[in-house]
Amino acid sequence: MAYKIINSQCTACAACEPECPNNAIREKDGTFIIKPEKCTECIGYFDDPQCVAVCPVENTCVIDNSVPRYQAAV
Amino acid sequence: MEPTSESSNAGAQKNLPLEQLMQKVAEHKGCGTSGAGGKASCGSSAGQGDLAPEIWEKVKNHPCYSEEAHHHYARMHVAVAPACNIQCNYCNRKYDCANESRPGVVSEKLTPEQAAKKVLAVASTIPQMTVLGIAGPGDPLANPQKTFKTFELIAKAAPDIKLCLSTNGLALPDHVDTIKSFNVDHVTITINMIDPEVGQHIYPWIFWKHKRVTGKDAARILTERQLEGLEMLTAAGILCKVNSVMIPGINDRHLVEVNKAVKSRGAFLHNIMPLISAPEHGTVFGLNGQRGPSAQELKALQDSCEGEMNMMRHCRQCRADAVGLLGEDRSAEFTTEKIMQMDVQYDAEGRKAYQQQVEQERQATVAAKEAELADLMSEFSDIKVLIAVATKGHGRINEHFGHAQEFQIYEVGTAGSKFVGHRRVDLYCQGGYGEEDTLPTVIRAINDCVAVFVAKIGGCPKDSLKAAGIDPVDQYAHEFIEQSAVRYFKEYLAKVKSGEIVHVARGDADIRQGAYIAA
Ligand code: SF4
Ligand code: SF4
Ligand code: SF4
Repeated sequence: MAYKIINSQCTACAACEPECPNNAIREKDGTFIIKPEKCTECIGYFDDPQCVAVCPVENTCVIDNSVPRYQAAV
Repeated sequence: MEPTSESSNAGAQKNLPLEQLMQKVAEHKGCGTSGAGGKASCGSSAGQGDLAPEIWEKVKNHPCYSEEAHHHYARMHVAVAPACNIQCNYCNRKYDCANESRPGVVSEKLTPEQAAKKVLAVASTIPQMTVLGIAGPGDPLANPQKTFKTFELIAKAAPDIKLCLSTNGLALPDHVDTIKSFNVDHVTITINMIDPEVGQHIYPWIFWKHKRVTGKDAARILTERQLEGLEMLTAAGILCKVNSVMIPGINDRHLVEVNKAVKSRGAFLHNIMPLISAPEHGTVFGLNGQRGPSAQELKALQDSCEGEMNMMRHCRQCRADAVGLLGEDRSAEFTTEKIMQMDVQYDAEGRKAYQQQVEQERQATVAAKEAELADLMSEFSDIKVLIAVATKGHGRINEHFGHAQEFQIYEVGTAGSKFVGHRRVDLYCQGGYGEEDTLPTVIRAINDCVAVFVAKIGGCPKDSLKAAGIDPVDQYAHEFIEQSAVRYFKEYLAKVKSGEIVHVARGDADIRQGAYIAA
């Protein structure tokens, strides 16, 4: 149900943090993390996941396969 | 408050003889916000030129823009804004913003509170620190809260410090009012193109209205926003400088058009910087082998734009945080941890007195040059030569050849002398280590000069320089640079006339790759 940040690639630039419509991103130990329970994959807000679109390092904000994909409430 | 060991250290630094402090910072005159330097030339030397009188008033003593002033004042940057809203092919944001084309250096990220304290600590130690800039890594206007909070804190504690910021321009139109309200002294926009055809090869994408936009669309939006922002700044009466990174084969010729476009919209200075690119920077340009310009290519472009407007040639792409200003050895005294424990007293009066003294010294330098020029006026010759100078600052020839980390380059002709840039070199003398290897590097960096002025030089490098056709001159040790340059030039002309020497055009020189760390 969420995106995750690949820790080793994150430059800690903080660009993603203010773009997240759900306040799901925060700094932790010098890198940034996504709280899976808050991330909606931007569904309901924007066409594209904002963290992916703004992140300067390709393939750093990626789908977290360990949790089920987000389902928008109907 | 219990004095910590750090804060008593800070006290001890303050008591260092001024002379010593000045030496350490003198090399970092203000100016451009940026990396490695093989600059070919300097700005407002042409004088008022086509500048409006009110702008000239603001600029003539400005450490970043006045060629004379920047030899005597310094500026520092704080890195508070790491996020960016575009991607440039010469930037790898694992390192610093190369907005100023200085990839490869990591700088310390600070909170606005930490940054403000650092600025006050440095300004208290170094009275010539008169300008604070927020530049990379990142774009200050992609981080407006952090940027403006920092300005607010500094404006409150140290109102005599001028504030400036550098931006890629994408968010600029949204923030002109706020910039105006903080009385920001000047804004630098990095504009590398005005044509999306060109821009698509420089910017892979921008983040715009919640989308990642690529290709020509991205470049078109970016150029529209940059030019709109520039026009708004001009309308609001805020000084605006434009930086361009010269990328051979991509925007080199196009920059002449950029120059016209930014001039017509009110930019008062245009600073063309060489692309600094090497594979180890991990940038797109570094990895695809895109080269930077040679010293001669850069100077030719700067010269072709000079007729159009004031060019800034003293920018040395210095490292954006204050480390450069403090010198490597001192940066360790101003780490975030130590600063947070310091008890900083901002000494506004002491700073003022010191700056007045610097001002007198500066005027003496100018007067000496003018006196020397007076009797050259009657002569006329097409000959112009470049002279490299080893200096620690103060407008004097006061550095040992072997200790110089960079050379200042002056161009002299019968019309006078002007500062045309910096050439960075590796330390030639590092305790006798690697001397054979670095001397050729130095020679390549100043290969276009007829002479090198030094305070002192050993016999061995002297012979190598002579063999390379560069005259090593130590007879002007500790004298004023420009006065000596004019005097040397007079003798040079006389020798050419008498046939003692033949004037030949010198070759090109290398721009050294890599970030400028020590200053
Ligand atoms: S995908 Fe959207 S909601 Fe999820 S973390 Fe990224 S920005 Fe936030
Ligand atoms: S935008 Fe990317 S690199 Fe920057 S903090 Fe977020 S995940 Fe890390
Ligand atoms: S604007 Fe600066 S930080 Fe952003 S990508 Fe370009 S060089 Fe890098």
